[in-house]
This record gives sequence, structure tokens and C-alpha cells, in this order.
Amino acid sequence: MFESLQDGLRGAFKTLRGKGKLTEANMRDGLRLLEQTLVEADVGYEVVRDFMDHVTERALGEKVLLSLNPDEQLMHIVYQELVQLLGPEASPIRIKKDALTILMVCGLQGSGKTTTCGKLAKLIEEEKKHTMLVAADLQRPAAIEQLRVLGEQIGVPVYIAPGEMDPVKVCRDAVKEARKQQVDVVILDTAGRLAIDRELMAQLQRIDSQVNPDQVVLVVDGMTGQDAVNSARAFNEALELDGVIMTKLDGDARGGALLSVKHVTGVPVKFIGTGEHLDALELFRPDGMAGRILGAGDLAALVDLARRKVDEEAQKKAQEDLEKGQFTLDTFKTVLKQFQEPGLMMRMLQLMGMTPDMKEMLENEDAEGGMKRMVGMIDSMTPAERRNPKLIDPSRRNRIAKGAGVQPHEVSGLVKQYDMMSPMFKHMAGMGVGDRMKLAKQMQTSGMLNPGAQFRMKKGDTGKRLTSDERRQKQKLREKLKRQKKKKR
Amino acid sequence: MAWFTRKTEDKASSSAEQAASADAANRQASGGRLKQGLAKTWQFLNTDVRDLFKDEGRLVDEDFLRDLYAVLVKTDMGGGPADRICKRIGSDFRARKVHMGDILDVIKVEIKSLIAQPDEPLQFAASGPTVIMVVGVNGSGKTTSIAKLARRFIDDGKRVVLGAGDTFRAAAVEQLSIWAQRVGCEIVKGKQGGDPASVAFSAVARALETSADICIVDTAGRLQTQTNLMQQLEKIRRVISKQIPEAPHETLLVLDATAGQNAISQARGFSEAAGCTGIILAKLDGTAKGGVIIPIRQQFNLPVKFIGVGEKDTDLAIFDAEKFAEAMFDQSKK
Repeated sequence: MFESLQDGLRGAFKTLRGKGKLTEANMRDGLRLLEQTLVEADVGYEVVRDFMDHVTERALGEKVLLSLNPDEQLMHIVYQELVQLLGPEASPIRIKKDALTILMVCGLQGSGKTTTCGKLAKLIEEEKKHTMLVAADLQRPAAIEQLRVLGEQIGVPVYIAPGEMDPVKVCRDAVKEARKQQVDVVILDTAGRLAIDRELMAQLQRIDSQVNPDQVVLVVDGMTGQDAVNSARAFNEALELDGVIMTKLDGDARGGALLSVKHVTGVPVKFIGTGEHLDALELFRPDGMAGRILGAGDLAALVDLARRKVDEEAQKKAQEDLEKGQFTLDTFKTVLKQFQEPGLMMRMLQLMGMTPDMKEMLENEDAEGGMKRMVGMIDSMTPAERRNPKLIDPSRRNRIAKGAGVQPHEVSGLVKQYDMMSPMFKHMAGMGVGDRMKLAKQMQTSGMLNPGAQFRMKKGDTGKRLTSDERRQKQKLREKLKRQKKKKR
Repeated sequence: MAWFTRKTEDKASSSAEQAASADAANRQASGGRLKQGLAKTWQFLNTDVRDLFKDEGRLVDEDFLRDLYAVLVKTDMGGGPADRICKRIGSDFRARKVHMGDILDVIKVEIKSLIAQPDEPLQFAASGPTVIMVVGVNGSGKTTSIAKLARRFIDDGKRVVLGAGDTFRAAAVEQLSIWAQRVGCEIVKGKQGGDPASVAFSAVARALETSADICIVDTAGRLQTQTNLMQQLEKIRRVISKQIPEAPHETLLVLDATAGQNAISQARGFSEAAGCTGIILAKLDGTAKGGVIIPIRQQFNLPVKFIGVGEKDTDLAIFDAEKFAEAMFDQSKK
């Protein structure tokens, strides 16, 4: 998507290349495209308009830098503005040192409040703070039961008042109980409600005024469309929100609604939910989200995910091996194994900004299954073979294939892939983080993460060939600029 | 009309409508509910469209079309359809002074033509139980919609068996069990974390055994991008068809009316993996317009069968394209 936006902008700005300034007239097509992109990403339309005006104003009159293409330049402005709008970087939820911190979680039905409560409790518990969950959703059947199960899974007490019909009283009593038990944080899971349901919104206000929570958090479904503006505004007017959590961002939703919510409430975005499992809650980063809304990848989140998910010890071992310049099939296996957690692969690829052909590839091929097969093959090798795959002759190959239950040619494929990757990994061992990220990007385009595939070098766009006339003109222009610079000095 | 007043006036309004027609009482009530549920929608749209006009009418120019585009996009119909409607109005009325009525008529006709669908009631099995599978993303309203469907069938004098196929989410089985108890039908449960396909299998088996009329199979919420979970849906389908070859007779996708353009991707993903035959548009009682069904209707052959307009088990209405478009721009109410 990002690429399609960028390609589109490039097309729209073709005529602009090498021309002086960005003007309203010559940006029109590009801006129209940008507007469409934002609408398709579910950014509220009023917000889109405001944003477009802002971008136009800022871009107007900017000189087209010779070093940048106009589309890149506009893209840069758009990205910066988005990051600024979405920012600041999330500050985690503040927990008081010696007193009870009360968190209240609210939102529409089905936005993911209860699951988010569980995730929050887990996160806080990991910081060695005692947490208590409060089942204040008396509306939905079995909501209490759901929270009870979640509490059990995390090992956090859940306050339940059987038979009680009034959520306000439940919250009040729960807080009393929490004070008595000296827990650090209490999380109130309220029932989902429509923003236009005045009765239920008044009930939320009553809870707010009687319990006086330290933080009120709105949970917003990442797939929400234009309605986000209305509901966020209503919740903010009723409760004065302190933060927003956007959920269900592990799919292909672009999450443009977040921009609307941010725009109408002005409160910081705290976390984003990226899965059904209880640890799938990530600190919000505006730059990643900006990329997502524009349809680009989120590389920083990828690195973060890799760091969190990957078994530290295995990573250390692999790192040591690499530093020694050894990249054996054993190391390869540990690397592969780390990617085996179900869904992790998909998530990582999404964060990298899946290109359309990658998506197609994944649909055709079961990447996770492929890894399993590869690990199986490595497992069927002798230690000597793993250290030195050159040993593998046809008869060994057949043995390995039998052992792993695969076809012999797959073994050859694996060895080939190893051969290609080992110099790269060895190379990587000597690199800093930035260089590694660059390499990861490279690998993405060359398709390394597609087990069994051959390396494909994607040929880049060679650009338009200039005629000799044009070349001469450009040369003239450059020289003129050089002279100007000299003069200024 | 605000939703909370609706609750108390529910009876009164539905009885008023009963007088108007001799149709079955509950059907009539849900017909009224559609309008009430959409009340916010058209109120919003109507005031928005009305804002565009002054008393003496307004000149149709670039500015006007941009404003109209904004109003339409806010219904979640997406850039494409909104553009199409604006173009149509631009070509028909450009440089003329128009009044609201003219414009509204054109928009209505255009929307009707965009969402027009053949009258497709649910497909029932010729003999034996009809199996309905319900799918959708997390939190779209699957379980509640199932309860509403069950209630509807029971009111029609049918016997219903539910299959609690959401074995993943904590307490999902309990949630459906409570509903089963409330509407009064049998439920087949599996173990938490168990295989949903086996639950589906036993639910269908139970329906055959007790010669029930309808078997509704719940599934866990999943995102359309989770390939492995989407494959699980195929498996559930396969397992269901082992006992009744033509089952499931219906696979209904539950869409959240507040969802934006991602609903298109949902419709695509679920129809590819689960072979959906129709849509239930849930949560239409809020301020969301559910306009995203317009691009969905255009791109996929997926009729909208029902709409959900509240949290009660009777808050389900048959979708009617004509009424939907009318209700969106109804002028008579204030």
C-alpha cells in the first residue's frame, strides 16, 4: 500500500521533477491521492481535511530539492506530520508509589475491553506490582466468568460480586477491598456501551465520580471506521479520558481511526493490542503507526518483537557462534526455531510491510510448516554433517530425507539455502543494529524469509532515461547552483 | 429517537405498527426496530445533508460537491461509491440551484441501486436439520447474533440446537450457554481449548439425533489474516458436511457496523476461506452507518441477510435494501 501510494505520488508528480517549487496546482493530483489513501485507512473525514490543509500549507512554496524527488519530499512531510499528530511517544501508565492506583477501562461493545484488562494486569504484574481485576461488566452474559478465567491464567485476583446488579456499587466495594488488601493497582472492567446510550454513559460518570479513578482509558477497535470520531468524542466528554488503547491491530486493519480519536480527544495513545494472547500488548509508537496508516511497514516494532519473543539464551548462543565466525546448521536451526511460534512469522512479515507478492507467496506456501520441515531435516543430520554440510553426499542425503520424511531434493534445497545464508550471517555478526536493519530490509526484498525459494534479485526501477538534451540542461542547472553557492560564500 | 427511550417505548411503538399491518407481531416489531435503529444514522445524515443547504437552495459547484463527498464518506461507504454518487449529482445538477429533496432522491436511488440484492431469505434444508455456521472477527457480535437467530427460529416454532464452537476465548461457551438458556434451546459444548470441529460435529450429530430443525454453529473470532485459523474454518465446514453432505446450508459473516474499510477485507477473507453465503450487520443501533456494505455489495456476491439493532435477543431484523436506503435519508421524522 505504501508502495502504491508512493508509486501513485511518483506518477502524479512526474511533471514536477526538477521544477522549482511545490505549488497548489502541481500538487493537486498527489494530494488527491493522499486524501484517498487516508480515507481508505478509515481516518475520520474531518480529520483528513484538517490534515490535508496542514500538509498543503507546509508543503506550499517548498523548493523541490534536487536531491529528492517531489514525491519523496511530500511523503516526508506527510509522514512527519502524521507522527506529530499521533505523538507523543507513549508514556506507560503511571503507577503511584505508595497508594492505590485505579484504572478504569471503557469502550464500545466488542472493542476488546476485557482482554485488554487481562493484558494490562499481566503487564503490571510483570513489574512486580500487585493487581486486582474488577468484573464490573454485569451486562454481557459470562463477562464476569471471562475475567475470572483471565485472572486465573495470569494469577491475579478478580473481584466478583455475585448477584450484585449495580456496577457502581461493585466498583466502589472493589476499591474498598483493594485498599484493605493493599494491592497496588486495581483495574475496573466496565461493560461495553454505545456512546449515545445516555443512561449507561451516566452510569459511567457515576462510577467515575464515586471511585475517582486515576486513569480512564478508552479501548478502541482498530477496525473502526468513521464512527470513531463520534464515539471517542462522547466518551471524552462524559469522562475526560487519560489515554487510549487501540486493539486488534494484528490484522490488516490500517488503524486510521486512531488519528480520529487522537484528533478529537487529544489524549495520548498508550498501548496497541496485537493479538489474542495475553502478552500481545505493545507500547504505542507514533512513527510505527504513521507508517501503518500510510501502509508501510513498522521496522522498529519488528526489532522489538524479535527481541522480546526470541529466547534470549538461544540468541546469545547464536550470537557467540556468529562472533566466532561459525554459522553451522545448528545455528541455523536455532534461528529457525525462534520463528516457529505460531503466527509470529506472519506478524513479523506484516510489521516489515508485506509486499503484495510476499503475501501471495505466503498464501501459496505454508511458511511455518516449511520451517518445521527444515528443522526436521537438520535434526536428522549427524553432528558432523551439521558442522560441515559439504559432507552430505547422495546416500547421506537419502538417509536424511527418509529420517525427516521429506523428498531428497528438499535436503539439497536446505543445504543450498544454508550456503547462501551463511556468509550473510557471518557478515551480520560484525555489524551494528542499524546495519542489520538495513540488511533485514534487503532480505525482505530478496525473499530470504521464504523457505525453499531461490534468491531473487528484484531489479529496481532504472528510472527514465534522459535524452542528451535534458542531460545537458541538468548539467547547466547544477553548475548554476554551484556558482550560486560559491557566490554566497 | 434516542436508544434509551426506545427501550421503554418498545411495546407501544411495536403495537402501533401492528395496527398498521396484520403481519406477525415480532416481524413487525423488528421492522420498526430497523427504523429506530437507524434513527441516529439518518438523523445524522439528514442534518448533515441539510447543513449543506440554505432555504433558497444551493448552487451545485465544486465546493458543494466536496461537502457532499464529505457527508457520504462519513457513512463509511468509502471513497469509490461516494465519488460515484458525487459525479452523478455533479453531472445531473451542475451549475443549478437545487433543493434538498431533489438531491436526497438522487442519493437514495443511487444507494438503492448500489446495494440492490435479490430477495434471498435463508436457505433451509429440504429435509433434516438446516446447519448454519456463524463466522466473523473478534468482537463483531457473533454470539449475540446467534442468540438472536435462535430466538427468531424458536418464535417460528422451530427446534434449535446450538454448537458452542468458540473453544478459544475465555468463557465464550458460558456466554452462549446463558443465551441458550434464555431463549430455550439445546446447546452442545466441548472442552475449553478443545477442537472446534469436533464440537461442530457433535452439534450436527445431536441435531440429527433429536431431529431438530436448525443447528447453529458458533466459531471463535479470528482475523481474516490469520491463515491457520482461517484454514480451521475450512476444516469445520468439512467436518460438518460429513454428516449432511450439503451442510452448512448457510455460512453467515457477522460484520460490525462500526467497522470501516477493513470490513471489505473481512468479507473477502471469510468468503474465500469459509464460503460465506450472507452477512449479518450487527451493532447498527449506534451512530455508525454501516455504509461499508455498499462497497462489499459491489465487490462480492454477498447479500446482507439480517441487521442487529440492539442487545436484546429480539433485536434482529431482516435486511431490506429498499428500507435501508430509505431509512438512511428519511425526511419525515425529526
